[in-house]
Amino acid sequence: MSFLEVNGLTIAYGGKRVVDDVSFAIDYSESVGLVGESGSGKSQTALALLGLLPEQAEVHGDIVVDGVSVIGASAKQLSRIRARRIGIVFQDSMQALNPYLKIGKQIRQILLWHDLATGDDADARVIRMFERVGLPDPERQFQVYPHELSGGMRQRVMLAAALIAEPDLLIADEPTTALDVTVQAQILELLEELRDNTALLLITHDLGIVAGHCERMLVFESGRLVDAGATTSLFASPGHAHTRALLDAAPRIDSGNAPAPVNGRTILCAEAVEVTYRDGERGQLHAVNGVNLLLREGETLAVVGESGSGKSSLVRAVLGLVPMISGRVVYAGASLEGPVQTRPVAQRRDLQLIFQDPVGALNPQMRVQEIVGEPLLVHEPGLTSSARLDRVRAILVKVGLEDSHLRRYPHQLSGGQAQRIAIARALILEPKVLICDEAVAALDGSVREQVLALLRQVQRESGLSIIFISHDLAVVRSISHRVAVMYMGCLVEVADNEQLFSQPRHPYTKALIDAVPVPDPIVAPKKAALRGEVGSLLHPPSGCVFHPRCDYAKDICKKEQPEAMNVGGSRVACHRAKEIDLTT
Amino acid sequence: MLRYALLRLLGAIPTLLLVIVLAFLMVHAAPGGPFDDERVLPTDVAANIQAAYHLDESLPQQFFRYMSGLLRGDLGPSYRYRDYSVSELIGRGFPISLQLGALAMALALIVGVSAGTLAALRQNKLPDRIVMFFAMTGISIPVFVIAPVLVLLFAVKLHWLPAGWSGVTGPAKFILPVITLALPQIAYIARLTRASMIDILGRDFIRTARAQGLGTATIIRVHALKPAMLPVLSYMGPAIAAIVTGSVVVEEVFGIPGLGQFFVRGAGNRDYTLVLGIVIFYATLIVSLNLVVDVLYGALDPRVRRR
Repeated sequence: MSFLEVNGLTIAYGGKRVVDDVSFAIDYSESVGLVGESGSGKSQTALALLGLLPEQAEVHGDIVVDGVSVIGASAKQLSRIRARRIGIVFQDSMQALNPYLKIGKQIRQILLWHDLATGDDADARVIRMFERVGLPDPERQFQVYPHELSGGMRQRVMLAAALIAEPDLLIADEPTTALDVTVQAQILELLEELRDNTALLLITHDLGIVAGHCERMLVFESGRLVDAGATTSLFASPGHAHTRALLDAAPRIDSGNAPAPVNGRTILCAEAVEVTYRDGERGQLHAVNGVNLLLREGETLAVVGESGSGKSSLVRAVLGLVPMISGRVVYAGASLEGPVQTRPVAQRRDLQLIFQDPVGALNPQMRVQEIVGEPLLVHEPGLTSSARLDRVRAILVKVGLEDSHLRRYPHQLSGGQAQRIAIARALILEPKVLICDEAVAALDGSVREQVLALLRQVQRESGLSIIFISHDLAVVRSISHRVAVMYMGCLVEVADNEQLFSQPRHPYTKALIDAVPVPDPIVAPKKAALRGEVGSLLHPPSGCVFHPRCDYAKDICKKEQPEAMNVGGSRVACHRAKEIDLTT
Repeated sequence: MLRYALLRLLGAIPTLLLVIVLAFLMVHAAPGGPFDDERVLPTDVAANIQAAYHLDESLPQQFFRYMSGLLRGDLGPSYRYRDYSVSELIGRGFPISLQLGALAMALALIVGVSAGTLAALRQNKLPDRIVMFFAMTGISIPVFVIAPVLVLLFAVKLHWLPAGWSGVTGPAKFILPVITLALPQIAYIARLTRASMIDILGRDFIRTARAQGLGTATIIRVHALKPAMLPVLSYMGPAIAAIVTGSVVVEEVFGIPGLGQFFVRGAGNRDYTLVLGIVIFYATLIVSLNLVVDVLYGALDPRVRRR
């Protein structure tokens, strides 16, 4: 008998089924991936395994953990399964850890409650666990609150909490989705290292993670288990059309056709842009540090980097949404100056922006036709309302929506539709430059591909130039002509797409590429390429900002900030770019 | 944190000054004066008394005279309680009022938080509905109605508890006044606790605690109580003010010789210095307690602390 057996599990809310007749089993010490798009019932299933569904949930079927039935179990029986038989790691560690309680106390409480240890013994066990999950200075961490830790460190704490009672099964629900890609690689590696004989149920939307870490996989589609089998065989020959669709929508960083470079004239040019923020009494935060970057007409320039790299601050400074401390931005021969409100209307019209969270970026009180037509009120005030509506209709067709969407409110749209609305609102003014700030990060694979295709199509038709800010290198690989890589406010490398991915010249670029999971079980996941985490922008490292994490750093890297130089086809800011070989 | 507290104290000075000016104007604006009596004094005697207490001076002159005394810590003599200074009267009345207020606040917190938590755990079920019914009732009925009703029921009809203060020894005399004073606060705190507890119990970190197998009582005690208390703590400032106001009525109804009673008598007698003294005393007290609340808030919420 397997450790966990699920038979005919059905979960419904008010008669509406979110999980529908699902059956699977997990053996001791095996690793299983659970994949599907958002809303496919993955998380609901995970919560059901621990008896954590809300009271309103109507649950049917059987869940048996080592001979004990979870559905209908008493509080006492459930308490024995939780933590000791099944541990769980949730996605958002900021929400999932108690912000009012020191992390040591939160984890010690698990030992105390389950009578696994008492007093000093419990403290010692927690500290040992902190050491195992790689928290630096574990004794001090005992007294730390969650908000004082970085996202990666908090996820290590979650892992410590899930494993402290030595469960037989570890459920990890999107454990790295909120993390930067190099930190994700570290956490996944840690997960493998720690779990030992513990079985793993890894819930994710990222097929790359499943390919690298799971022996078997389960595929969910709108509440149903549509495909199951060994990871290698499902990737080679999917048993269900949905698995095929998911695989097709998963971008690969290691192959595919990189868009060829575009030879347009320069339309937008940033010179030595510097942005700093005041962080209360703690000092100046150096968000962007002397960045030079140009955008050509008709090209898509990707700006990539991890959180805190300054990629969003850079474009916000270009748009005049945050003040530049120094530097210059030139658009079509004219200098862009001052905050956006004071800029000439024509300039504002030519540069448009779309955001990450499509629903949050739309006013919930306004209907689609008002949202999309609003920019015209400012830029073409002479337009009659019927002429305006015609323009709105035309642009909706262009972004693949229909008249029936005109009178809807944002909450009545799906994520993909909302992002199309945001794009329509930006495009209705026929801008020359479109800035997409993580514009597809919140979308599921298939929807993301549709939105990317839409951007490509608009570009083909109107010669639009796009700045595409993203943390997702696999997406960048498929959409951009050129790529700029940022780290801690500095531009470290700029190159044509093919050049950058096939022959990165900066050690950070290389590490970033290596950290992206490849959706192919044949390709073994690389060792986490970077140690440590991004440092504090309040006190950036001396010399090259990347030197504390760089394997190639020499004395000069600690002392002097590198100037950008041309190496091969790349422009790289690295003292050692010419001498080091990153191809291995 | 110390610097923050000092800054806040400095910031309270304009508030207090405004309170003093308004109170001064209002007592003097009321018709009549401290020495107007049914038995009319001969004009020369009246003039002598007026002069002795400087009541013949202009209002601004009187104000500056009062303020200069205040800066030396002198609240002046009482006009009606001859031979007593205002400070002495406050010293006599406040300990009684303090006992009453502290007991009422403690009762309100214990009963209010427990009832609110119970209601949150049984949301929309019978215990919740019962608690919320009483809470609504408690908020709706003013102290001056509750007090006589309680006296009528427990003292006059049932003879369980004393109706008044004088001549009663032992703690029994505290019971009815404290309950009267606490009831509206119990109601308010119960509602606040219920709302914030429901909010906290819906948070992801409570789900994490449940996923770790912890029982409901432990989850409430270790994880939920502290954050759920933050809104209640914010309410402590207004609650203290409400209890001070309530005590004025309660002390009058039960005949308790506390500050509230001095205040009511003082106002009736146009005992300018006594009324002003009590107003200033209470204003300072409320401002300081609000400061304590803010400092405690920082201690409970680690994210506020760092600034």
